[in-house]
This record gives sequence, C-alpha cells and structure tokens, in this order.
Amino acid sequence: MANEGSSSLPAGGMIIEAGSSKKYKTGEWRAQRPEVDKEKCTDCLTCWIYCPDNSIVVKDEKMVGFKYSHCKGCGICANQCPVKAITMKEEGVE
Amino acid sequence: MNLRELSHTEERLVEGHRLCAGCAEPIIARQVLMGTSKPVVVANATGCFEVSTSNYPFTSWNVPWIHTAFENAPATISGVEAAYNSLRRQNKISDEVKFVVFGGDGATYDIGFQSLSGAIERGHDFLYVCFNNEAYMNTGIQRSGATPKGASTTTCPSGTCTPGKKEFPKDLTRIIIAHDLPYAAQASPHNWKDLVEKSRKAFEIPGPKFINAISPCPRGWRHDGSQTIALSKLAVETCVWPLYEYENGEWRLTGESLRIAEGKKEKRPVMDWLNSQGRFKQLTKGKFSPVADEIQQNVDKKWESLLKLSKM
Amino acid sequence: MSEPMAINGDMAIAMAWKQIDPDVVAAYPITPQTIIVEAFSDFVANGEVNTEYVCAESEHSALTICVGASAAGARVATATASAGLAFMWEMLYVTASMRMPIIMAVANRTLSGPINIHCDHSDAMGGRDSGWLQMFGENVQEAYDNTIMAFRIAEDMRVRLPIMTCLDGFIITHALERLEMLDDKTVKDFIGPFKPVRPLLDVKVPTTFGPLAMPDYYYELKYQVQTSMEAALDVAKKTMDDFAKVSGRKYKLVEGYRIEDADYVMVAMGSTAGTMRYVVDQLRAQGRKVGALKVRLFRPFPAADVAKLLEGKKAVAVMDRAMSPGTGSPLYMDVLQSISRMKDPPRVSNYVYGLGGRDLIPGQLTEVFEEIMAGKGERINFMGVRK
Repeated sequence: MANEGSSSLPAGGMIIEAGSSKKYKTGEWRAQRPEVDKEKCTDCLTCWIYCPDNSIVVKDEKMVGFKYSHCKGCGICANQCPVKAITMKEEGVE
Repeated sequence: MNLRELSHTEERLVEGHRLCAGCAEPIIARQVLMGTSKPVVVANATGCFEVSTSNYPFTSWNVPWIHTAFENAPATISGVEAAYNSLRRQNKISDEVKFVVFGGDGATYDIGFQSLSGAIERGHDFLYVCFNNEAYMNTGIQRSGATPKGASTTTCPSGTCTPGKKEFPKDLTRIIIAHDLPYAAQASPHNWKDLVEKSRKAFEIPGPKFINAISPCPRGWRHDGSQTIALSKLAVETCVWPLYEYENGEWRLTGESLRIAEGKKEKRPVMDWLNSQGRFKQLTKGKFSPVADEIQQNVDKKWESLLKLSKM
Repeated sequence: MSEPMAINGDMAIAMAWKQIDPDVVAAYPITPQTIIVEAFSDFVANGEVNTEYVCAESEHSALTICVGASAAGARVATATASAGLAFMWEMLYVTASMRMPIIMAVANRTLSGPINIHCDHSDAMGGRDSGWLQMFGENVQEAYDNTIMAFRIAEDMRVRLPIMTCLDGFIITHALERLEMLDDKTVKDFIGPFKPVRPLLDVKVPTTFGPLAMPDYYYELKYQVQTSMEAALDVAKKTMDDFAKVSGRKYKLVEGYRIEDADYVMVAMGSTAGTMRYVVDQLRAQGRKVGALKVRLFRPFPAADVAKLLEGKKAVAVMDRAMSPGTGSPLYMDVLQSISRMKDPPRVSNYVYGLGGRDLIPGQLTEVFEEIMAGKGERINFMGVRK
C-alpha cells in the first residue's frame, strides 16, 4: 500500500534499490506448478537457460529445484526438458 | 561455451517482473546480457519489457537502466555513450562500460526507426536488441511494420472481408545492414548458444551493432505459454526467421539455418508455422487459404536471396 | 572582465558555452538558433572545448541525447527554437520529471502555420507547463548573463530542473550589440563543477531511471517538480545577487522601471522591455504617471514580486508576444493570477502583439498607454492586426 510522501521519495522517480522486484511474489499467479524427478534429471540446465523468471535454482552447476515464490507456471521447462524429467501439476491440488 | 559455465554469471535481470508467463523477452534479455562480464548500462524503449521490469517502486534491474520514451531509446543510449566518451576523455571516470538497448518491434521498426538509424549513422558504441513479437503488444496486440502478412491483430483483424494484415513485413534487419554497420544478426531464444555467441561477438566489436530476435508472444500469437521456445525454433526451421549474421560486409548463415542451407536439415513448410498459432488460423483453410501460398512464396524468395548473399 | 565587443545574441551564447565547456552538447539546427551550433562546432573542431558534441538527427533525439547524457553524469547544454521545441514537447515533460538539469537556449521563433521564421514567444509558451524553468533576456548582454546564471540555478541541488534561456529570434539572436564577457575563471568559479546524482555511469550504484508509476505513486513524483519550482524562486534570486557581485550587473526576477509612483503600468518580456522603457520616459516627460514592469523569470512565475509592484496601480497593460486563441495570453493570465487576492486590484488588459515577427513601433505602445489611461480597450486586444 503506497504511503510514502512526495518529499521522502528519491528525486525524479529513480529507483535506488536494485533488483527490488524480488519482493513481488509472482508465484501467486500460478495455475500449475513444475515438479522435477531428480532420478531422470541430467543437470543439463536446459530448463535454467529457458526460464523467463529465473525460477530454476542452480547450485554448483546442478539443478536443485524451483523458486516457487516467483515461478509463474508457464511450463516451458517441462516442454523443453530433453529427458522429460519435469512435469506440470495443477497448483493447489495435493 | 556450455550452460554449466554460464550458470555462474550474475543475473542482471531478476525475478518478480510482470511479464506474462512464457514471455520470450526475458529469456532473450538474459541470454544477451550473458554476452559480456563488463559493466553494462541498459536503455529501454517503452513497451512490455520496460513497463514490466520497472513498475515503481519495484525494479528487476541489477544494473544501471534508463527509460525515457517510446521512440528514442537509441538516442537515449547515444547520450549515455556521449557522456561516457566525454568523461573518460577528461579522466573523470575510468571504468570500461558496455551499452545495450532493448526495444520491441514497435519501437524499432516503426516509431523509433529514425532514432535507431541516426544513432547507427553517428557510429555510437552500443548493441541494439530488438524483441520482435511482430505487433504492438503492450497496447493490446495492434499491427506493426513487423507483423506478418495474413496475421490477425486488433487493428488488422481477420474478418469476413479481409484475413488480417494485407502487407508483408519490413525486413528491418536488411535495412539496418544497409547502414553498413560493423555487425548485425538475426537470432532466436531457442538456440541459446547461437544467441549468446552473437551477443559476445557484438559486445566486443566497437561501434553500433544490431541483433533482431524472434520473440513469440503467447497472448498476441495465441499459443500456450509453454510453447514459446518450441515456436521460436519452428520459426527458424520453416525459414520464416532465418538465423544469420552480417560482419564486415560478409553474410553468414548460422545454427539451424546453416544446416538447412547445407542440406543437412529439412526445410519445413510454412503451413507448419501457420498451424501453430491462433493468429493465423483463418489462413489454414477456407477462402483465405491462398494467402498461405503467398506467404510460402515470399519466405522462399527471401530464403533464396539470403542463400545468394551468404554465397551458399 | 574583458574588453566590450560587438557580437550577436547567438554568438554570445556560443561564447558562454565555450567558457563553461559542457561535457555534452547535442543539438539540431533550426533558424534562428543555427549560429549557436555552428559557432560551437568551430570551437569543437579547433579543440577549444572538451565537449562531446553530437549532431542529432532531430530535435526530439537532441533533447533525448541530452537526457541520457545528464543521467549518465554529464553537464549538458543545447539550443532550439520554434518547431524544434514543439517536436521535443513530449520530452520536455520527461526531462523535468526525471530532474535532469539541462540548459537550453531558445531562440524564440513562432510556431507554424503558416511557416514563419520570425520572433514571437509561442514556442516557449508551449513548454510553460512542462516543469522547465524559463528566463527571458532583453538583449545580447542578458542572453550571455542569463546563460551563465542558468547553469547555476538549474544545477542547484534544491532545484535540479531543466531551464530555457529565451532570447528573441533575429531581434537578439542576429543583432550586433555590445557585450562585456566575464573572464573564463570567473565563469568557471561561478558555476562550479557539475554534481551528478547516482549517475548511470557509476555502476557501483545501479539505479533505475524513468520507471512506470501507477496512480498510487505518480502524483507524489510529479509533485516533486512543483516543490522544486517553488525552491527555484529563492535560488534564482540568490544567484542573481551573487552574479551582481562578480559582474556589477544587478538583475532581479522582475524589474520595475519608474513604477513606484506610477498609476499605469505596462508589463512585457524580452526585447520589448527596452522599447517599453523608452516610451515610459517619453510619457513621463509629458508628466504622465506611467511605469514599466519587466519579467525576467517567467517560470516559476514570481507572483508575490509582481503583486507587490502592481499594488495600488490603476490600470495595467500586459504585452504578450504569444496568443492563446479563445482566452487570455500566457503572461496576462499569470499576472491576473498574481493579483487575484488583492483587495483593490488594477484593471488589467491583455495586448497581443508582434506575432510572426510583426514589428513593434514605439508609437503603438504609446497608444496602448493612452487607451488604458482613458479606461478604454477590451479585456483581450490584438495590437497591430489588420482585422
């Protein structure tokens, strides 16, 4: 909820906190969520290069999971995974 | 270059932006920005990418970034670059900085064309990347100079009398090449290796550079968001969007386009492309299907011309 | 202080730029500003300035290049006129709201149509709501002095707004007049170094410039332009006082001439101010109690100062070298606004004159004074037109 006064905002509309959109949880948009079968996954990182929302988590060159706070559920990762290790499940359903 | 190495690059565009699920633009931008490890300043024309990554007070940018208006992103970066030259000359700054501009086909083909042409003619050192989603998407899918013939948009919709856009699109990449700039290329986000290599090459060449990237749009093209990468590949396989580069007066096909020209890969029919998206459905059967033939002929003619230019 | 020289207004501005040595100049030529960019190009070609000089392919791009350069951390100057200023119109608002302190000389020329290259103020008036500061000069000396003061006012941290220094097209731009320049060191010391705020080229503090702001934030961000404008009144006053100390030339935001005991006052901006004072002297010699009010700073409009000078006057004629079809002209409307809370305000009349370079003859101003002294004339009048 915007409540800052004009005089407290940085001049000219400049945004001084780099990358502040991380605070905006686009994961709430999702209608379906990706899940990975790490047995099938080869850590090729194809999902990582194609994710529009930086929501493939990579640690030490390995795919370790999804950033569900921001994943919009587009399904590109599941569509492009060469070994079909990723499947899309309906969000909100156990 | 492999994805494992690339996975260590610092993300310059972060999550939390408001682009549609499955939008190609952030995929393209991330790949382009992997092309240099030097500091970058980004200028952005008005459009989906700009509004979605800078919705006050949130910004998805980890690097200096500026938007001023719609038709003038190349002029904006010209000013940043001019200041850079001046301040370096006066020894007021010493960092080496790279300059990159993002704009959609609206900003690049139409309203901002003058600005791009002027900036190239003046020889500023910058890389311009066009997200070509073939219509003015941010304002609601209206036709642009890049919209393909026969495509339905909100200002050239398919109706009972006309199927969609009557005109073939501008070949902007070739118009830019006519400026005889140091480097220009067409790219696609499915072939990340080709795009990142082109970006790397471009960032190292002094002067103005241009990369035109096909950018599938789930909303505007009427396809499922999960198909974005698959469709960008199909554009290349049907030769609707060939991959090539122009460097020092020489034309070179790259990626799948090179393999098609060498006969190592099948050239797919344009009908596969038309069948894949809702914006062309009126061409797939019925009274407007002759337009599909015209499109195939045009794609073939331009492909032949490109083969000649690249001496294949 | 150097020897006085004979020089035209455009050249005087180019000479001021040479002394200031802005980091970047980006401009597009348009009559009657062309001498500024041509003369400055000579300085660049002969290595007499450090300026990165960009020949833009249009005025919209010229101002955009200036904004990019200013955001990057450079001191920037440019110049335009007429249709060029109109072409930049969208970017005028962007420049001000992004708080880019760009100094722009405007060689006042009318707007088409019909196309006409001669003087009136309609070009500058088109930008009066954009958030730019606007100063009008009366002659070549003021064109030079205003340019130097403009850098200091616009770049002041309490202001940080772009500024137009206006000079009448051809009448000042192309006329040879006497100019006394300050020496280079005085100019440099008066303006000081440029202080950028989180410039783009400081990559250690990555900043996002020019965001989208929804209705929940836009108003607050735009209001900053208002508060900076208000601060500019004091900053401009102080700058003019400081300028007097180094130059000996005393300037004020608005200047009264023989106004204290006048009953009838004429208000004008630009070169007309000189003609106005000449006519006042003639009528005073006949014992008529007349005076003149010259407006130097038009934006922000010095309403309090104007009200103080017009207090107790019987009638005022506001001379506008621009027209607002269907209503009163800009300067007239600003004068009315200034005296709107007065208990016994003077009767104010608007006189539009000089459009498209139509010559102004002293006798015409005498007739205007006669008219307001006789209590005659419409609320809005068009002086000199063949109806």
